[in-house]
Amino acid sequence: MRTKLHTVAAAGAAVVVLASCSSGGDGGDSTASGGLTGEGSGESCTIEGEVPIGAVLSLTGAAASYGESQQRGLELAAAELAEQDGVTYDLTIEDDQTDPRQAITLFDQFVSDDSSLIIGPTLSNAAVQADPIAQDAGVPVLGISNTAAGVTEIGDYIFRDSLTEQAVIPQTIAQATEQFGLEDVVVMYSNDDAFTESGYEAFTAALEDEGVNVSETITFSKSDTDFRALLTQAQESDPDALVVSGLIEAAVPLVTQARELGIDVPIIGGNGFNNPQLMADAGEAAEGVVVGAAWNSSSDNPENQAFLEAYEAEYGAQPDQFAAQAYTGLKLVDHAVRANCSAERDDIQEALGQIEDLPTVLGEFSIDENRDANHPAVVQVVQNGEFTVLE
Amino acid sequence: MQQLLNGIFIGSIYALFAIGFTLVFGILDRLNLAHPAVFAASAFVGIELVERGGLSLWAALPIVFVFGAVLGLVIERVAFRPLKGRADAHFAGLISSIALAGMLVALLQWRYGPDTRRFPPGSFPDTRFEFAGAQVTLVQVVILAISLALMVGLTYMVTRTRLGRGMRAVAENPTAARVLGVDVDRVTAVTFAISSALGAVAGVLFAINVNTAQLGMGSAIELKGLAVIIVGGMGSLPGALIGGLLLGLAEVFAVQYIGSSWRDVIAFGLLFVILLLRPQGLLGARKVREV
Repeated sequence: MRTKLHTVAAAGAAVVVLASCSSGGDGGDSTASGGLTGEGSGESCTIEGEVPIGAVLSLTGAAASYGESQQRGLELAAAELAEQDGVTYDLTIEDDQTDPRQAITLFDQFVSDDSSLIIGPTLSNAAVQADPIAQDAGVPVLGISNTAAGVTEIGDYIFRDSLTEQAVIPQTIAQATEQFGLEDVVVMYSNDDAFTESGYEAFTAALEDEGVNVSETITFSKSDTDFRALLTQAQESDPDALVVSGLIEAAVPLVTQARELGIDVPIIGGNGFNNPQLMADAGEAAEGVVVGAAWNSSSDNPENQAFLEAYEAEYGAQPDQFAAQAYTGLKLVDHAVRANCSAERDDIQEALGQIEDLPTVLGEFSIDENRDANHPAVVQVVQNGEFTVLE
Repeated sequence: MQQLLNGIFIGSIYALFAIGFTLVFGILDRLNLAHPAVFAASAFVGIELVERGGLSLWAALPIVFVFGAVLGLVIERVAFRPLKGRADAHFAGLISSIALAGMLVALLQWRYGPDTRRFPPGSFPDTRFEFAGAQVTLVQVVILAISLALMVGLTYMVTRTRLGRGMRAVAENPTAARVLGVDVDRVTAVTFAISSALGAVAGVLFAINVNTAQLGMGSAIELKGLAVIIVGGMGSLPGALIGGLLLGLAEVFAVQYIGSSWRDVIAFGLLFVILLLRPQGLLGARKVREV
């Protein structure tokens, strides 16, 4: 794998040299390897040259577990695309080591390698720093896991297929209100973290829309581990549910201690709770935790069933949301390339923006006017140590 | 009632941590800022003993106690003894212990990685009692009992045993103690060992209490420990106990009556009020220097 990547990188470098040699002659609009525009459209589209796609993932460092899933999702999609006729893709996956500076370097490299599109990076904080490079160079970027606010606001070349917390939370609250008949809730959030604070704002807005009364709002610090005093305080107003916007580090002790204190109501969590580690570490206490997610692993739509089967056959394991979003990402790129039958950067950018109601693993998928993903979220509840669909 | 118990449980851990701090300060007049690193290291080691060694929680505690004691000897040997002849030994020791703390945390990160670690599920008995309308777990009761037992044991040792007499003599005047035949180096080393052993147990108990061990847990409690010993009276053992419980209760009741965002403001504000009223701390003796 490593050697292959190196060869590809070397080939890419050679292409740059060729391209810069020829650009004097014909106005710079051509690409070295046989042209990226073709004949036909959709399934009949045929492009002669290989379409270079770069992907920047965190394969080592703190986010490595996400990056690994993404790599599997991308490679599975690439293998399936390779069996289709007409368009061939040259997917190059590079590791940003969970370091935004490394992501910037790789973005620079892909921009100058004439990549048609860049997938990634894994983390939002890397995206915020690296995406402007692609935006300035006019290279479309498709984020496959960035959920922070503001990523797609960087510019009109930045897209994502990952549903933001702001999109998931209203659906979570609506569904939970219906299922549990919520009237009074206590909201808890860590007020020293930008992600959990924006999650809190989404929660309060959604609760207001549903007409649920917030009897108390309690703040904590992201480094807190003892929540007993706060939970006792929450318990006194006898809420129908606890609504918590916190990271996984806080989620585990918070949930454990709530159950210890005899708080048996549902605990509705933000994106930080959407992590199997919750059940692994909190054990039985995690039962009854409700959390929204972008991908419903048990959805019976044909794309999802095919994906589950193929992934299981290839890797002998169940895919997670990161793999599903990565897989969908490359399929979206293929759709966009075939739509205009062109892998030129501007043509892909235009086609990505027009994706609407496309059947995917994630459900009926559209790109909205802000270049964000739009598709149904799934509301899950922990039952018998597993996320199951709340219905 | 629940809040009162919450405050006492967390306060007893603060107290146990602070007593280790204040022991070294009271006897040797040194502030050992590697103490928080011992707190964190022992939590990780305790988790590893339970997770990999398959020990029960309670069997792991004595091992961690010994581990802490050994670490204490290392701290004394590396960070304090080489500097003891210097005129600025107090300040130099303070800084070298911060450096040692940094090294310990870096070693922890190398060994265990940056992630939060927890005890494997099912390590704790999930017995719960109802006590005067409040929920109490067996684990919390045991934590409180261990903390109190260690503090009582320590007080007995300092006031009643030969070693304790040696410690008090060193505290009074090291040179005079040496003239009178006290092995000052040995007393110093033992003091560090006991201090770190207490800090180590506090670390494991804290990790058990919240089922979380993080690299930063030492620095999170460091400030609280310092506040506790200042309020209790520098070097006063019962003062550290009362100060710890007071801080625990202040935090809890700040949440209860004022608001969670104000917790630290209220808790530390209260400490400043106490210091304004009693600058020597609750149980500290005013130092009188005779000319």
